[in-house]
Amino acid sequence: MKLLNQSLLYLFVPLFVIVSVWAVVFYVNMLDEVYDSIDDGLDNSKLLIIRKSAEDSTVLSRREFAEGNYSIREIGQRNALARKDLYQDTLMYMLNEEEMEPVRLLTTAFERGGKYYELKVINSMVEEDDQIANLLWSVLWLYLLLLGSIALINNLALKKLWQPFYDYLEQLKRYRIDRDEEMNPIETDTKEFLELKKSADILILHSREAYRNQKQFNENAAHELQTPLAVITNKLELLLEDSRLMPENAAVVSQVMDTTARLIQLNRSLLLLSKIENKQFFDNHPVSINQVMRRVEDELEELFLYRNIEISFEEAEEVVANMDAHLAYVLVANLIRNAIFHNIEGGTVRVAFGDRSMTVNNTSSTGELNGSMVFKRFYKADGARKSTGLGLAIVHAICDLYGYKVSYSYEDSHSFRVDF
Amino acid sequence: MKILIVEDEVGLREAIGSSLEKESYRIETASDFDTASEKIFLYEYDCILLDIMLPDGNGLELLAELKKQGKSENVIIISAKNTLDDKLKGLELGADDYLTKPFHLAELNARVKAVLRRNKLDGKEVVEWKNVRLDLNDRQLFVNNQEVQLNRKEFDILNYFLLNQQRLVTRVALAEYVWGDHMDQADNFDFIYSQIKNIRKKLKESAAEIEIETVYGLGYKLVRI
Repeated sequence: MKLLNQSLLYLFVPLFVIVSVWAVVFYVNMLDEVYDSIDDGLDNSKLLIIRKSAEDSTVLSRREFAEGNYSIREIGQRNALARKDLYQDTLMYMLNEEEMEPVRLLTTAFERGGKYYELKVINSMVEEDDQIANLLWSVLWLYLLLLGSIALINNLALKKLWQPFYDYLEQLKRYRIDRDEEMNPIETDTKEFLELKKSADILILHSREAYRNQKQFNENAAHELQTPLAVITNKLELLLEDSRLMPENAAVVSQVMDTTARLIQLNRSLLLLSKIENKQFFDNHPVSINQVMRRVEDELEELFLYRNIEISFEEAEEVVANMDAHLAYVLVANLIRNAIFHNIEGGTVRVAFGDRSMTVNNTSSTGELNGSMVFKRFYKADGARKSTGLGLAIVHAICDLYGYKVSYSYEDSHSFRVDF
Repeated sequence: MKILIVEDEVGLREAIGSSLEKESYRIETASDFDTASEKIFLYEYDCILLDIMLPDGNGLELLAELKKQGKSENVIIISAKNTLDDKLKGLELGADDYLTKPFHLAELNARVKAVLRRNKLDGKEVVEWKNVRLDLNDRQLFVNNQEVQLNRKEFDILNYFLLNQQRLVTRVALAEYVWGDHMDQADNFDFIYSQIKNIRKKLKESAAEIEIETVYGLGYKLVRI
């Protein structure tokens, strides 16, 4: 969920509670004010009626409310003296509404000409249920209006405020450590973003430093190992050319030489592996895997003939991958060589393209291999062979680098599939 | 023919030197950047073997300096670095070839000969010995002016031998030459052997005055009969 929507979610729930509480408090306060005002009115009416009763004695004989808003009846002295002004809510039939409506009633007592009277004054009241319904709707509308405007303002303001962040994020996504690119500055006054950029820049600086050191180490390791290996090989070659060398010594030299050759091959493959794993290949272009396959097949043609292996193609589509051309070659060549060397005399190699994938099938004298081990370094299915056991590990590393899926399956023949 | 070897590792410098002396080149050596730059600007060489990682400087700078003076042709870079960057930079600066350590002496020999031959500028890419002639442009073999059919790998192998006349060519060097760097499996020697057998047969049938000799079972040598 985007930050924008999350912040809205956090706003909406508390806002609902706040508006609701506010509505209740507002209602109670308002009602209180209304009662106060009505009671003041009743009090005023009381004084007017009592004063009027002094001038007009007919007032004293109003027994019913009828069209007026008060009624008077005579009461006993003791009763009257005990009276205090009493305000209360009651119901009364209203002609216009044709139902019982709430009214405010003031009951009081007064003395006129030595007699005591009870006076009741009424005033119509707010209709509480209507009032509550009105208020509820108002509150609901207010809530929706608030939500709408907050969402809108939030959207606009946050988008504007967060824009530098998204810009920077995009830069980070595109950033490649092996390219010596500087990060662009971001235009913002937001302290947090500036701090984020500062931290990220420092992180990048350190990573780049570490990457450079690693690369340097790789190259140094290559240099340090390759040069002594070159000395050994070349000295042995010179020794073998020496006419004073006895045949029995030559056999020993020959063994040392074969071992050195394996050592050299091993070192080269390990260097290639570490280069791939350090992501030092980024000269990516669209490469037609079909074409690479044709090239490899062409190069190995004589070997196919020699081992009497038949190669066939099923090219349902052209598979194009965006990758380093050299790595594409190594990937395909290693799979094909693997299919040749672990094949049988007169066997077959089938290569199929389709579904953005390449599948290499080969017959073999061995049964199913351990699928979880086959791509591991130094795994050798038939230990007698003098292979380095790194060919398929290199294939796996290349696929890892580009996010391709490489898998092994067995069904009468070995099958290696790469999904590009 | 005068060749300068710029290499800081003494063992390698000596080995390359003795091997090239067998080809009757005159050899001079330099073990560091300063000596090398001095020699390069004082004398003329037909070919310079240049290690680009020197203790007191980068060989690429020497190359750039040579290029500025228009003398960068006939340089073969020898490097333990197998990075595309360096290779491209080196070739851009006018080097003729780039050889990654470790290499076989036979390979170095072949490269040096190729570079020197390119310099003759007579446009004819031909390798000849006795009554055997290899046309590199049309990839044809002639023995006594009669064409002999070779498959592609046989042609490459014979070419390699002709560039290393009377020198030991180990089967490891041959395998690498024929299959390239990343040939993982070492058990393709039997394939090399079968190709050699075919070439021998064809040379014999066409009455060539050269033959391929087996040396201690680990390599071969092209000799005259």
